[in-house]
Amino acid sequence: MGFYLAQLLTGLANASSLFLIACGLSIIFGVTRIVNFAHGSFYMLGAYLSYTLVTHLSALGALGFWGGVLVSALLVGVIGLLVEVLILRRIYRAPELFQLVATFGILLIIEDAALAIWGAQDLLGPRAPGLSKAVRILGEPIPQYDLALIVIGPVVLGLIWLIFHRTRWGVLVRAATQDREMVGALGVNQALLFSSAFFLGSVMAGLGGALQIPREAVNLNMDLSVIGDAFVVVVIGGMGSVTGAFIAAVLISVLNAFAVLVFPQISLVLPFIVMALVLVVRPYGLLGKPGSEKGAPADPEAPLRPLNPAGRLAMGAVVVILALVPLVSADFTMILLVDVLIAVLFAASLHFIMGTGGMISFGHAAYFGVGAYAAALVVKWLGLSMVPAMIVAPVASGLAALVFGWFCVRLSGVYLGMLTLAAAQIVWGVTFQWQDVTGGDDGIIGVWPAKWASSETAYFYLALVLCAGGVWLLRRAAHAPFGYMLRGIRDSEIRAEAIGVDTRFHQWMAFTFAGTLAGLAGVVSAFAKGSVFPDVLNISSSIDALIMVLLGGIHTLLGPLLGASVFVLIESWVTRLEYWRFIFGLIILGVVLIAPDGLAGALSRLLAFLKARIRPGTDTKKEALHGQRS
Amino acid sequence: MGNVLEVRSLSKSFGGIRAVRDVSFDLKRGEFLALIGPNGAGKTTCFNMLNGYLRPDTGSVKLLGRELVGIPPRKVWRMGVGRTFQITETFRSMTVLENVQMALISHNRRIFDLFSKATALYRDEALKLLELIGMAAQADRPCAELAYGDLKQLELAIALAHDPDLLLMDEPTAGMAPNERIALMQLTADIVARGHVSVIFTEHDMDVVFAHSHRILVLNRGELIAEGTGDEIRANALVQEVYLGGGSLFHEKETAHA
Repeated sequence: MGFYLAQLLTGLANASSLFLIACGLSIIFGVTRIVNFAHGSFYMLGAYLSYTLVTHLSALGALGFWGGVLVSALLVGVIGLLVEVLILRRIYRAPELFQLVATFGILLIIEDAALAIWGAQDLLGPRAPGLSKAVRILGEPIPQYDLALIVIGPVVLGLIWLIFHRTRWGVLVRAATQDREMVGALGVNQALLFSSAFFLGSVMAGLGGALQIPREAVNLNMDLSVIGDAFVVVVIGGMGSVTGAFIAAVLISVLNAFAVLVFPQISLVLPFIVMALVLVVRPYGLLGKPGSEKGAPADPEAPLRPLNPAGRLAMGAVVVILALVPLVSADFTMILLVDVLIAVLFAASLHFIMGTGGMISFGHAAYFGVGAYAAALVVKWLGLSMVPAMIVAPVASGLAALVFGWFCVRLSGVYLGMLTLAAAQIVWGVTFQWQDVTGGDDGIIGVWPAKWASSETAYFYLALVLCAGGVWLLRRAAHAPFGYMLRGIRDSEIRAEAIGVDTRFHQWMAFTFAGTLAGLAGVVSAFAKGSVFPDVLNISSSIDALIMVLLGGIHTLLGPLLGASVFVLIESWVTRLEYWRFIFGLIILGVVLIAPDGLAGALSRLLAFLKARIRPGTDTKKEALHGQRS
Repeated sequence: MGNVLEVRSLSKSFGGIRAVRDVSFDLKRGEFLALIGPNGAGKTTCFNMLNGYLRPDTGSVKLLGRELVGIPPRKVWRMGVGRTFQITETFRSMTVLENVQMALISHNRRIFDLFSKATALYRDEALKLLELIGMAAQADRPCAELAYGDLKQLELAIALAHDPDLLLMDEPTAGMAPNERIALMQLTADIVARGHVSVIFTEHDMDVVFAHSHRILVLNRGELIAEGTGDEIRANALVQEVYLGGGSLFHEKETAHA
């Protein structure tokens, strides 16, 4: 009995720290509609700052500890505020989710900054003075600090509730969560509201991290390891609902505390399984409201145009130049270019559902990974050769997408994205844990191409044919009735239904189609590397694809191609440098600020600018018009 | 000609509110029928039950003898019922012409086609429809930059794309300028006059209602309180009571003007 109570109390203590970080994320999303990947970094910064402050203030006893914790939380709040004012505020008008790219850049920068300041080793923080012992409850030792945390969680919830219901600012935050445009129309200073919400959210993340130091060693993986769970909690609770986040944190943590007793391996995927179940029953989370999933209102997209002859020529030229590369260059270049080709196909397949279909996916790596693993498994267990494996793999991905897609297309917006993430995490967890079949962390090695394709040159041509073919198929589909109707459903589901379209079914098929092609990219990658590891399935692999699509420009078919190429080329260059994350993060932020419409948007603006320079006639005409009006 | 639509004792409640109570009526081929009533009378609820967006609690809707109740909107459309929306719903990232083409592509069951060029399909048919509603000149404009009145007209072209037997128009002229209203309803009346399609529309503008409709149904608090030609409805004491609330001079003047 005492043992179970102890588990329950541990669960509740975990719930408190999870709640602190999740509620900040929820507030930020509710008001600004930014999916903030840097939130985990704020949490990590809170932990590092409080480690330094608390160690330095240890002479002051309890005051030093709690003072240090609060000051670090506030410092993180200030850093969050700076991020909002200096970067995010400039790109609020960008297409939906684009801000996510900026927060990803910030995540990279903070990670390397922490590495430079605090070093790579784990730091064990001091215990809280006066709460460093354990008390015995029903014979079981319970850390006093856990009991303190169990109190702190609900107290913070109560304070936030008071702020939200008893202050004008809080009412405005809640109003903005429901209808941002209306709040703006009422003359509320939105910039101030956004900044203050971002500040409060960051303080919460910092506080969560700062309070964590007596419980776990501070390390550089805290950011990404917590962000997944934090998103899960926010989504289960309902985006923008703080009370929902609390309920969800308790639900997840307590379930986890008991589930590990029965099935220890489950803790990796349990939160995602719970999230998937909750979303299937309640599509907006426990306390979320319909509409809470939508991002900021976006400007309508321009009609799709086929490439003009010059564009076609350029695309053809790119393929021809690629085909000529093996004649002049070293193996190293070809290996890099194969990576580019794989990324381009992967990103293009994600763009098909995200850009053309308007279905956000935070877990597209699942289908890439299933493709790679399916190939590796049939090679390893059935002894199949490359060509049959290359046929089996996309089929397997397609089937996986068919199964997960059935659930996913029932949701929309960020909730849909989170369910795709849950699917990916579940696949990852199973792969990671199922050592006997998948090799677990050790992966599967010895996935070599057939003899005829084993030279770098031959495999390069094979990859070129498969990836270029896949991209061509995706483009063709986007211009065909299938893609057009998918876009139509994105524009207006009601209209699509009113002209006889089964919208869910159509989206489901598109999801499956994109998953199949992601699987093709996966199998090309598996044979290129000769091995498969679980990290092809993890969150950062999904995020990479997301960044490629968004960075390239979600509103054009060319965007993912540009985004993926640039991403892989820059990454392969910077990863050779020390503190490459910092540099990569800065590059991403630079691109985001210079080209808020993505690389493709920037390119077309550049072309238009050059055209105007070459043929100044059009420009003067415009000026004349302008002059007439003013 | 026989009846295109037969509606029998349609009822729908939301919680305790009985939005539509026991509504029955028939519609002949080529008939232009107006459904009017004060705000909250149940017009839109009634409409949404006809086209499958709402399932009635009781009652039946038969299109050319086939039951529509319980059939999802997309299938109702395939059975030959077109509709326009009170607040326009179009594909904003497509051109005017492409919007009509999409309806034609769907009608010809080619939405899962992966290889044809969508913009090349049924182009001439779509252009013909745009000519019919006088929007051929705007065919290649992006839908997102159209004026609201033009969007309403475009909806009509989309709704006519599969040559429906019945066209349901929910407040077709809401949000339009007065001269646009007249033009749109004249256009609709001309289309009805060809005798194939029957139209039911809801409307608040009485000028529009009395100028074009062959027959008028009046709903109040979910119940059908009157049915007849324009003159009959104008003379109906109950309708006057409902609309005018018993002798408001302001309204009397307006009706007299109509």
